[in-house]
Amino acid sequence: MNDHTPALLIILPLLFAFMVSGMAWIKKSLCYPLAVAGSGLCAFFSIRVFTHVLRHGTMQYSLGGWEAPWGIGYHVDLLNGVVLVAVSVLAFINMIATRKAAAIQFPEKEGAFYALYLLFIVGLVGIVATGDLFNLYVLLEVASLTSYALIALGEGRAPLSSLNYLYMGTIGGCFYLLGVGYLYIMTGSLNMADVASLLPPLYESGAIWVAFTFCMVGIGVKMAFFPLHVWLPNAYTYAPSAVSSLIAPLMTKVMVYVMIRLMISVFCVDFAFSVLDLGSAMVWLSILAIVMGAALALAQKNLKRLFCYIIVSEIGYMVGGAWLGNAAGMTGAILHILNDALMTICLFLAAGTIHYRINNLDLDHLQGLFGRMPVTMACLVAAGLSIIGVPPTCGFFSKWYLITGALQAGQYGFMAALLFSSLVNVILFFRVFEIGYYGDPGHGHMHGSSPETRTEAPAAMLAPLLILSAGLVVMGVFTGTIVAAVIDPIIPAGLAR
Amino acid sequence: MSELIPLIVAKYNYWLYIILMMIGLYAMIAKNNLVKKLVGMNIFQTSIILFYVSIGCKKGGTIPIIHHGIHAGRHVVDPAHYVNPLPHVLMLTAIVVSVSTLGVALALAVKIYNRYKTLEEDEILARLRAK
Repeated sequence: MNDHTPALLIILPLLFAFMVSGMAWIKKSLCYPLAVAGSGLCAFFSIRVFTHVLRHGTMQYSLGGWEAPWGIGYHVDLLNGVVLVAVSVLAFINMIATRKAAAIQFPEKEGAFYALYLLFIVGLVGIVATGDLFNLYVLLEVASLTSYALIALGEGRAPLSSLNYLYMGTIGGCFYLLGVGYLYIMTGSLNMADVASLLPPLYESGAIWVAFTFCMVGIGVKMAFFPLHVWLPNAYTYAPSAVSSLIAPLMTKVMVYVMIRLMISVFCVDFAFSVLDLGSAMVWLSILAIVMGAALALAQKNLKRLFCYIIVSEIGYMVGGAWLGNAAGMTGAILHILNDALMTICLFLAAGTIHYRINNLDLDHLQGLFGRMPVTMACLVAAGLSIIGVPPTCGFFSKWYLITGALQAGQYGFMAALLFSSLVNVILFFRVFEIGYYGDPGHGHMHGSSPETRTEAPAAMLAPLLILSAGLVVMGVFTGTIVAAVIDPIIPAGLAR
Repeated sequence: MSELIPLIVAKYNYWLYIILMMIGLYAMIAKNNLVKKLVGMNIFQTSIILFYVSIGCKKGGTIPIIHHGIHAGRHVVDPAHYVNPLPHVLMLTAIVVSVSTLGVALALAVKIYNRYKTLEEDEILARLRAK
């Protein structure tokens, strides 16, 4: 009676992770094909789940046949269906794109790397699919623990920044757990839908306020919301390039999804906006995040570090959009989760490809790159234009929804912050383009090759990058369809249209 | 003041977990040694485990196992006589999480020690700045 696909999503990569780590002892060359099979199957099943949800509506799955309020239930609706597809497909493409970089950066540890990679997918997919608050905590820690280990594979300061991330991340996870504890005391349930139905009579209770605050602060740490972002730039900069293009686009976006899930499906919008009336305070905090992220990005001299601060600023977009308190803002926030995952993976893959060739990502080493790696730089330009918000690319459309939402809500400060950060992004990217295009390669460090030689990266790395950059435009063109088919039905009725 | 004391005494489990949690948080923020920070982190996690365990307890409650003996099914099971097992079971998972976090963190600390030959944060930062 049960369609098992939602469980397979999580169990398959988990099984393949064990097989990969076992295979590392027997035959190392088989690790990579196994990992590709695991993440490919996960992507395949997530697309199947999503098409099923599109056709037949929400999917419920009870693990072990225990019915929802008692057992752990997986609950896939349009919101997490589309995030599931984004997470598993991007992770799969990234695995193919970074094979060569991974083989060079840690030749001895390929087995461990791919096992951790698959476990990270398990964590993220589980966070997105689950309908149980405590199960979400466990999978959150699975994703976090694997990301600490993956980041520590890097060189130089990587272990130190990973340990700092671990301290911060553990505090975040524990705060979330504490919030769930308060919810459990008050409602006696851990199932999201069940808690949501039990909460309304308790809205005035102080314990529920405390639960909400703890959950939000905990998730805020994990998603690097501005004052809590300090772990992010170091961790993502010193991580190996194959890892940063996996974790940077996915981890923070999934945490924004968790925040939106808690807001609309557990505490419900009435509580967040009418009872607590936190809307404008949170929007002001996100204005601060956007402006500070943009300002700090201006001061960076390393390409990857610059992208990290852009992420901090983009998190501000999504949190602000979700807290604007109207349908346009929420649409913008959900659309931006998808678009930003795509844009960020493009940026970090392009950075990884450049690193593969010239081994240095300091801005003053990028001279003449347009001549040497034209295709990679073209993809970087596409991703940059999308981050800035130039019309045919998808970044424009989510920004458009966010600005519409800000105008409807009367939050002109948020609108100004969005425009300010777009302008700063113009400066940031055109500075990179200028160095890459006009910079005199003679002054750079050429590693022995003459400035005219084309040293483009291998096709195996370029093809995924090109597909993703084309995806930026495709997502932009089909924004209307996506919003109508996927996002509109999940906007809760309590939000002003 | 006279109202406060009964409040503290009646809910002493919450106060204990808050005190433990603050000790852990203080160690994580103020200590300079990376392993001392880890000890703080563990105290922090343990305080939350104690919080969960304490909310499942009941005065006079016993372990939640129903006898299938002579009187099986004859008398009504009163939940007030049994401790709520669910928070305790949840904490088994949380203990596993905290042990594995500690394991990863100690592995990272070993890696850092091998690289810098010290675990004092200020010395590591001074060395990084000198480069």
